Amino acid sequence: MSTVTPTDTTATSGGAASWVDDRLHASGGLSKLLKKVFPDHWSFMLGEVALYSFIILLLSGTYLTLWFKPSMTEVIYNGSYMPLKGIKMSEAYASTLDISFDVRAGLLMRQIHHWAALFFLAAMSVHLMRVFFTGAFRKPREMNWVIGTVLLTLGILEGFAGYSLPDDLLSGTGLRIAQGIMQAIPLVGTYLAMFLFGGEFPGNDFISRLYSVHILLIPGILLALVTVHLIMVFYQKHTQFPGAGRTESNVVGFRLYPIYMAKAGGFFFIVFGVTTLISALVAINPIWLYGPYTPSQVTAGSQPDWYMGWLDGAVRIMPNWETNVLGHTISWNLLVPALVIPGIMFTSMGLYPWIEAWVSGDKREHNLLDRPRNAATRTSLGAMALSFYMMLWFSGDNDIIATAFHLSINQITLALRVLIFVVPPVVFIITKRICLGLQRKDRETLLHGYESGQVLRLPHGEFIEIHKPVSLEEKAVLMGKADIAPLPAPLAIDANGVANPKAKAGAIRTRMSAWFYADNVAAPTALELAEAEEHALHGASHGEISSH
Amino acid sequence: MAISRRHPAALFAVLFVALGTTGAAYAAVSTGTAPQAAATSSTQVDEGKQLFLEGCSSCHGVAAQGSSDGPSLIGVGAAAVDFQVGSGRMPLAGPAIQAVDKPPVYTEEEIASLAAYVASLGAGPAIPSDEMVDTSNADLVLGGELFRTNCSQCHNVAGRGGALSNGRWAPNLMAADPKEIYEAMITGPQNMPVFSDKTITPEEKKDIIRYIEELQKSENPGGADLGRFGPVTEGVFIFIVGLGILIVISVWIGAKAR
Ligand code: HEC
Ligand code: HEC
Ligand code: HEM
Repeated sequence: MSTVTPTDTTATSGGAASWVDDRLHASGGLSKLLKKVFPDHWSFMLGEVALYSFIILLLSGTYLTLWFKPSMTEVIYNGSYMPLKGIKMSEAYASTLDISFDVRAGLLMRQIHHWAALFFLAAMSVHLMRVFFTGAFRKPREMNWVIGTVLLTLGILEGFAGYSLPDDLLSGTGLRIAQGIMQAIPLVGTYLAMFLFGGEFPGNDFISRLYSVHILLIPGILLALVTVHLIMVFYQKHTQFPGAGRTESNVVGFRLYPIYMAKAGGFFFIVFGVTTLISALVAINPIWLYGPYTPSQVTAGSQPDWYMGWLDGAVRIMPNWETNVLGHTISWNLLVPALVIPGIMFTSMGLYPWIEAWVSGDKREHNLLDRPRNAATRTSLGAMALSFYMMLWFSGDNDIIATAFHLSINQITLALRVLIFVVPPVVFIITKRICLGLQRKDRETLLHGYESGQVLRLPHGEFIEIHKPVSLEEKAVLMGKADIAPLPAPLAIDANGVANPKAKAGAIRTRMSAWFYADNVAAPTALELAEAEEHALHGASHGEISSH
Repeated sequence: MAISRRHPAALFAVLFVALGTTGAAYAAVSTGTAPQAAATSSTQVDEGKQLFLEGCSSCHGVAAQGSSDGPSLIGVGAAAVDFQVGSGRMPLAGPAIQAVDKPPVYTEEEIASLAAYVASLGAGPAIPSDEMVDTSNADLVLGGELFRTNCSQCHNVAGRGGALSNGRWAPNLMAADPKEIYEAMITGPQNMPVFSDKTITPEEKKDIIRYIEELQKSENPGGADLGRFGPVTEGVFIFIVGLGILIVISVWIGAKAR
């Protein structure tokens, strides 16, 4: 492991860089790049999983394009899947059946493509949580957080587009709902839906349009954004957790070349391997069971892929409210869950770095991560948002839950309508308690060492537990807690005796800031630490003893 | 009140049991003289009546006319009894949202007797013969189309069952045998509609059964099917198993680095 400050260029970077540099005279550029240092922590691999699944999606998707026919032209199926032989269906569905049953490795590729899509979005979501809970979105990385939000949104849309392509019963049911949501947009909805679908649902144009979006438009934007995302990580350098020798202005970890590249390359193959293994062993989206889409058919247990589940759940949990205004129906039952709630969720997610910076008044750059417990309010807010999301997701699975556990679907929906308002605040409070408890424990550990589990009997008969001092490494981790004090109240009258016009907004901000930071358990000061050490050296007096 | 309502019924029951026993005894004695076929069937009816009085009349009424605890069975036909009792749904253990499948309480002979008795009360769908549920020449493809059009909205495309409103459900069809499927279609238990021979012809019923048999084989070209519950289980799987494996590997790589 090597410690390199960002300005360090003395170390040699190995043959490859100089080989290229010698020829391209790109001196500095490439060798600097290869000397970049990356810190190491398992949670930093989540972004990589997302990246590698994206690459797998590009590769497997390209294979699928060789046989997939994005056409609504009616054909009679004549492939080798007996139960559908002779049935009329769209070319899109027929070609997906062909990929599944008559193209060499086609089914495996379809399954790889679909499992990788689930992986991509799962890894991206968990990566996002890592970034949020560690405060990695703070200055100077706010823009990369925004890019991440856009990537997630586009990833969800891309997945939905792909899921809709095969034109099976599930695809069609999903598209039907999407069309309903479009139509619910006031004023323009009906026209928008007509325009996009090229007429009435399902129409003949939509699949081919969706195809261009799925294989060209969104992947193109995703690729561009992923590139920018990575360049920014390189340029701004990776954050790291607090620890021995780690500061705001250095990065401790591995050189990009050769160690990190070897590790990353190896990890790519691991991700590819795990995806392929799952795809070879576990079926996903058996479209042949669903049959071709026909508006007259439905199936119990129609579900979108997991990443759309919360949206479907929002629609299911919403009471059936509609108002009639001047002969136009406003469908609150679709507008609110499918457009308003997601709009609020994604906007507040994108803006979160600025919201927190405003509340804290913290304008510093942060290259050291927060341990989640040390930012108790942020962590609790995140847990609260997550529980809200989970409630929506459960609502989307209400029929599956009802079937699996023999419950009443109506009661589940009713319960969730209450729980969605009750659970998130409770989760907030509990998470905060846990975080503050951990903060207190950390403070204790720093001041008095950790409990060794060894019990000692003193000469006068009292039992005490031996406390051992923390190791240097652990101490560095614990001392990495950066406290932020609540903002002082703004002055109502400034120094010149003039009334401060911003006092009112300032008061809100102060209150927010107090709410955000007031409960924080301050890390011990240098003085307190010194005293504690002194105390330890002079042996036990109040039922504590220290041994080295 | 329940007590005042039940009393007369119990009285009648005692009466019918007494009468039934006498009748059965008479039938048993007189077998020698009556023509064979008619005799068996009339014994069967009597036996059925007997069993009915003992096990079913408390809810369905002593003359199967129905009560507040169970519907009238006049005209439901032998098929309904064979389905309900054969699948263990009846006799109902107690008030429930929906009767559940359980091992049948009665033997096949007893079920036949019960069916014969109920059939004797009024015309209704008969138990399908073996020939009627013989699917060897059925059309699998048409069966699939019919299944997806008529059945999958409740029973799911893979026949794995689904939730209906208010805690009711359409059961998983993986263990249903051909006769049971046929009877379910012609009798329409609970929330299930009746599929008369006009809506779905007997030939088409065979096709549907053929398709369900195909689903029951559960052949999965794609690998393990995760219960065929659809995208929800797939999502849970990717988080727990997929990401789980990769995170364990990541932690392991991280630990190796130190
Ligand atoms: C505890 C009360 C109870 C008992 C005992 C009971 N049933 Fe039922 N039965 C019901 C109820 C309630 C229903 C209607 C609800 C349902 O179908 O689940 C029903 C429905 C039926 C049906 C279906 C009627 C239709 O319209 O298709 C048949 C057939 C039937 N019972 C036969 C029997 C027979 C035969 C027995 C005796 C072996 C029996 N039941 C015992 C309560 C009972
Ligand atoms: C409206 C929903 C609905 C539709 C449509 C429907 N069913 Fe059912 N089905 C049910 C319900 C509810 C039950 C359970 C009845 C009970 O428990 O008393 C059931 C029971 C059955 C059973 C008995 C299963 C067992 O475990 O014993 C079979 C077989 C069956 N259905 C087949 C079919 C077939 C075949 C079709 C299409 C032709 C069909 N159903 C259409 C709701 C439906
Ligand atoms: C982030 C990127 C992507 C995601 C999340 C994604 C997701 C999906 C999903 C969920 C399906 C349905 C698969 C099924 O079960 O049948 C699908 C189908 C498809 N995808 Fe993608 N995809 C992505 C990128 C691509 C790319 C880059 C291409 C082409 C170059 C592509 C080509 C296809 C094709 C041709 C199909 C239809 C064939 C089939 O359904 O079997 N995809 N995609």
